[in-house]
Amino acid sequence: MNKIFERPKSLIDTPTHFCPGCTHGIAHRLIAEGLDELNITERTIGIPGVGCSVFLYNYFLIDVLEAPHGRAPACATGMKRAQPDKIVFAYQGDGDMAAIGTSEIIHAANRGENITVFYVNNSVYGMTGGQMAPTTLLGQQTTTSPYGREFKTEGYPIRMAELLATLEGVAYSVRVSLHTPKNVNQAKKAVVKALQMQMDEMGFTMVEFLSTCNTNWRVTPLEALDIIEREMIPYFPLGVFKERTGKDFL
Amino acid sequence: MSTVRKLTKGNIALAKGAIEAKCQFYFGYPITPQNDIPEYLALNLPKVGGIFIPAESEIASINMVMGAAASGMRALTSSSGPGISLMQEALSYMAGSDIPCVVVNIMRCGPGLGGIAPTQGDYNQAVHGGGHGDYHNIVLAPASVQEMFDLTIKAFELSDKYRNPAMIISDAMIGQFQEPCRLTPKEPIIVPEKPWALTGASKRKPQLLKSLYLADGEQEAHNLIMKEKYDRMRENETLSEAYQLDDAEIMIIAFGLPSRIAKTAIQNARAEGIMVGLLRPITLFPFPEKAAYEYSSKIKNVLVVEMNTGQMLRDVENYSHRETKISFYGRPGGGVPYPDDIVREIKRALE
Repeated sequence: MNKIFERPKSLIDTPTHFCPGCTHGIAHRLIAEGLDELNITERTIGIPGVGCSVFLYNYFLIDVLEAPHGRAPACATGMKRAQPDKIVFAYQGDGDMAAIGTSEIIHAANRGENITVFYVNNSVYGMTGGQMAPTTLLGQQTTTSPYGREFKTEGYPIRMAELLATLEGVAYSVRVSLHTPKNVNQAKKAVVKALQMQMDEMGFTMVEFLSTCNTNWRVTPLEALDIIEREMIPYFPLGVFKERTGKDFL
Repeated sequence: MSTVRKLTKGNIALAKGAIEAKCQFYFGYPITPQNDIPEYLALNLPKVGGIFIPAESEIASINMVMGAAASGMRALTSSSGPGISLMQEALSYMAGSDIPCVVVNIMRCGPGLGGIAPTQGDYNQAVHGGGHGDYHNIVLAPASVQEMFDLTIKAFELSDKYRNPAMIISDAMIGQFQEPCRLTPKEPIIVPEKPWALTGASKRKPQLLKSLYLADGEQEAHNLIMKEKYDRMRENETLSEAYQLDDAEIMIIAFGLPSRIAKTAIQNARAEGIMVGLLRPITLFPFPEKAAYEYSSKIKNVLVVEMNTGQMLRDVENYSHRETKISFYGRPGGGVPYPDDIVREIKRALE
């Protein structure tokens, strides 16, 4: 029988800890497929942040360094400078990157570090139980914004893909979503492009995934997918915000 | 080994020691009084194929060190008080993940922004763990420009040997003054193989450096393995200098800068017929507890001199013979004792 769909070779055959309905698993799969297709698994090192992303080391057949909360881009900087022939990626949630780690991500991007950052934006702190993040939508109720996020007191949700696109060191900054098969296919292309650009030494690449957290959003998995379409995408538009075409720096 | 000595500034000797130790990676953020170190390395690391990054913060610096060290490289950062405080998170992670590195603290006064005069206020932070969790740094305390060079090499050796962060604590005076210094290593530098390094899972199983242990009993088992490592350090790695202790009736215990001033005080006191000597801890962790116990059980009168309000004092009290009389003379906040001050305190302790 002709097998047309199988587990990527870069993933370990094991159940994940992710909640049913969570799209972290899809992001993992896309990255693993990208490593397989580019044949770089054996020279790739992953650096997850703290949160639901941390268990990446249980699922990928690659070397992994566990970074302190928000610091993965700095760890990745040291690692890539030490081993420029390796592929180094960080995998951060929105609490990790957009809150505690803003300094590290902005300066790694601004230096144009030749690393790839995968950024999973589900608008809450997932692992700790659904607290408000800088990405939480206006009006969104969380355990620490029980009356709904209010711009007068909590400010507006932060758009990382657009923010990073303003920096000269950034070669590629894109926002994709994981809520429909079509979007998953587009996300896959973005993952492969980002990794390919790192292989081509183009500079800093970042892929933001809009992702579900149905458990902490207190909705069903299907409703969560709908929330991405109806509520997240209008505020976090999908698209390429920066794409360098050559090794040109200014 | 060359015996030629060149007039060298303390911080520069330290930076040269790092290059001699085959450290190829430096990440740092400016803070006085240690800026000579990054400035020297920014100029000279590229000449030996190394990498220098002026990081955006001390948090980024130490995490870049973690990334390079996890790759199997010798990596260094340096800072002072407030910057070292910012590094504590990552130091804890590196201790927990068995990642070696060398961190230099050219101490400045505190708490807070403090001042930049010579001081020893960060003993507790360095020796008793400034970060969270049950761990220790290896801590070395140079007292001369030569030791700034030699102990930097030693710090890399110990750090790699035990896969644990090593810290050098010094002060603005030792960092900034010049002395003749031999700028070649005492022994050939051998960087050990690091099969644990994260270099890509090619022709071997994937490797992992982490400090998260959630399964029942896993973290406790990990902490007990770390304790065995610290016990091995206590058994094998303590360094101290004994100075004029054979006939002493009172023993000064001091590290770093005050130990030098104490030597002048000892000469002056001996000229007056006071039999006094010095025990100088060179490793602060592991503390030279056997030396402290053995000398104190013989001499039984100890004067601890520090440039703080009494931090190493608690370790001396802990490790000395229980019948030892222990006095303390401390100058915090940038105060530096004169030899006469110490002679006065010796006489007081003998009363």
